[in-house]
Amino acid sequence: MTASHEAMWERLGLDLEAHASLLEVLGKFYGDIYLSQQGRLRGMEYLDFVLSEIHGLRIRELDEARAQGRKVVGTFCVFVPEEIVWAADAIQVGLCAGAEAGTEAAEKILPRNTCALIKSFVGFKLARLCPFTELCDMVVGETTCDGKKKAYETFSDYAPVYVMEIPQMKRSEDRALWKAEVLRFKQAVEDLTGRSITAENLREAIGLMNRRRRVLQRLNRLRAAHPVPISGRDALLINQVSFYDDPERFTQKIHDLCDELEEKVRRGKGVADGAVRVMLSGCPMAVPNWKLPYIVESSGAVVVGEESCIGTRNTRDLVDEGGTTLEEMLDAIVDRYLKIDCACFTPNQERLEHIVDMARALDVQGVIHYGLSFCQPYAMESFKVEKALRDAGIPMLAIETDYSMEDVEQLKTRVEAFVEMIR
Amino acid sequence: MAVIGIDIGSRSIERVVWDQATGAWTWDKVPTTFDPLTQCRKLLADADGCPVVATGYGRALVAEHFAELSVRTITEIQAYARGVHHLVPEARTVVDIGGQDTKVIALSPQGAVVKFEMNDRCAAGTGKFLEFMATSLQIPLDSFGDFALEADKQVAINSMCTVFAESEATSLMARGERPQNIAMALHRAIVRRTLAMLRRVGGESPVVFAGGVAHNRCVCRLLSEALGGDVIVPPDPDVLGALGAALAGAGP
Ligand code: SF4
Ligand code: SF4
Repeated sequence: MTASHEAMWERLGLDLEAHASLLEVLGKFYGDIYLSQQGRLRGMEYLDFVLSEIHGLRIRELDEARAQGRKVVGTFCVFVPEEIVWAADAIQVGLCAGAEAGTEAAEKILPRNTCALIKSFVGFKLARLCPFTELCDMVVGETTCDGKKKAYETFSDYAPVYVMEIPQMKRSEDRALWKAEVLRFKQAVEDLTGRSITAENLREAIGLMNRRRRVLQRLNRLRAAHPVPISGRDALLINQVSFYDDPERFTQKIHDLCDELEEKVRRGKGVADGAVRVMLSGCPMAVPNWKLPYIVESSGAVVVGEESCIGTRNTRDLVDEGGTTLEEMLDAIVDRYLKIDCACFTPNQERLEHIVDMARALDVQGVIHYGLSFCQPYAMESFKVEKALRDAGIPMLAIETDYSMEDVEQLKTRVEAFVEMIR
Repeated sequence: MAVIGIDIGSRSIERVVWDQATGAWTWDKVPTTFDPLTQCRKLLADADGCPVVATGYGRALVAEHFAELSVRTITEIQAYARGVHHLVPEARTVVDIGGQDTKVIALSPQGAVVKFEMNDRCAAGTGKFLEFMATSLQIPLDSFGDFALEADKQVAINSMCTVFAESEATSLMARGERPQNIAMALHRAIVRRTLAMLRRVGGESPVVFAGGVAHNRCVCRLLSEALGGDVIVPPDPDVLGALGAALAGAGP
């Protein structure tokens, strides 16, 4: 894709040389982790294509949309209500932040002991590596963990940052705050786009987002079959791509893929005979962070679910579609997002219940808790998660790591030993 | 028929040959060197036909390079659990301090792994830590533990990080502290680290101490003092991984 897109990347201000080597590494990584798999679904070709054009055709689409006056809004957290963005005919993209490139640049303005996700989004901006970031007319931050909250202050020197306040508890006062924030965001998006959000366009946007959630729910149901019909890596990739692909097209393509998957399940075909079923739980894994799933799936296990923001935390709950007035719809949005069980909340008992329920429903033999180094909220909760799972008779392994590759062998030993233990 | 277990560690490679008919076994040990593959070749030269089970950080290397043999791999955790359970069936916890890893494993009464802890990527609290410190105090590694046992006073080294602990040791030396006392403080640091891992897995007794560092009398003594005397150190504590691997090849 390189030659045809280079002029566009240059115009967007990317560092062409550094960007070229990033794409090269990404391509190699993708080849090793994805294309080497046997017996994949035909439907994954679409994902392969989207990924190979991650900085190419999708960027061109966004670029063209902007030329026609549409706005692009970038986000880092599943708390940002997408319905509002799409209702105003703007485009929302998740800024992925799953690669190590740019860390050096980031460490010039952030402490070294900051989680890899934060370093990555700051680093990508400073090192001029991400065309999505460059295209954004608005980047939405939120007051979730302290690391992100403070990083947005720094980040706002480099990008048009808008920060939403996310409550830390879920009492009625917190709901009131959250509602005020959703309304303030609505106003900001209206100001940005020059379009007003109406009952009509919001209803459509709610439908659009729910359809995307439903297809991912369908995927999750199908992948839980015995034997497992799709690798955890492929399922994770689908979830990751949902954050920046065109939602309408994505939903259609994934329904096609699910049809194929359904057929495969009917035929009783699996991808990993004899593999131990495990579930991942914890911090989000953004593109191209496939490190742990790859280690797990080369150690005699198969991942059948992700309790994570790039996973069920983002798709479990739908926005109620019963509202008829704008007010009712906004309320439905407020309520839906407040159900998110992120570790930044206190207390966060519902997450523990969700994990245990999910582990049971997926019939897994163990859970691997994934924490990014220096992520305090999830590290703290991992102890509680372990206890809740232990009480339910489900073993858990806690892994803490970052994006670097130096600990892969060590992690492999841990994961293999866990698989031996639960087999 | 015989079964071979081979444990490729960072410092040494151990091989156990287990006779399935009689249950008798013998072991060998060679240094890992910079060319572990050649070392493995020597140990596997007469392996023809026997099942081989490889463990240790070089396990994949063996599986990859000896395709002509039937090689299976298991982790050190599984291997030590099996080896220990065979020699000390009542053991409920295994502490294995090797060249670059420290592991603490909780066993069920039947000898199955129920929980384990491993050190993070850094060398703090592993054999490497002692090796590094012995070198910096210019004491041969083999007698480092005995040297530390000559301490006559308790001094503190607080850091568990190899680099920081060394600078603490250097500044104690600069203040004229006896090297024996410094050595003791370094041994205490490694034991503190191990105890923290023990607590995380529950640390039920009896505790078996295995791995290369179990040859170090000072670590043995400190560990058993901390645990109220309840530490079993089997003879040849560093071959239990290879033994466990061989047993895995023989048994289910
Ligand atoms: S883990 Fe929490 S802060 Fe991070 S993306 Fe998810 S909801 Fe947002
Ligand atoms: S992984 Fe943890 S520390 Fe990093 S951004 Fe998310 S909540 Fe914050």
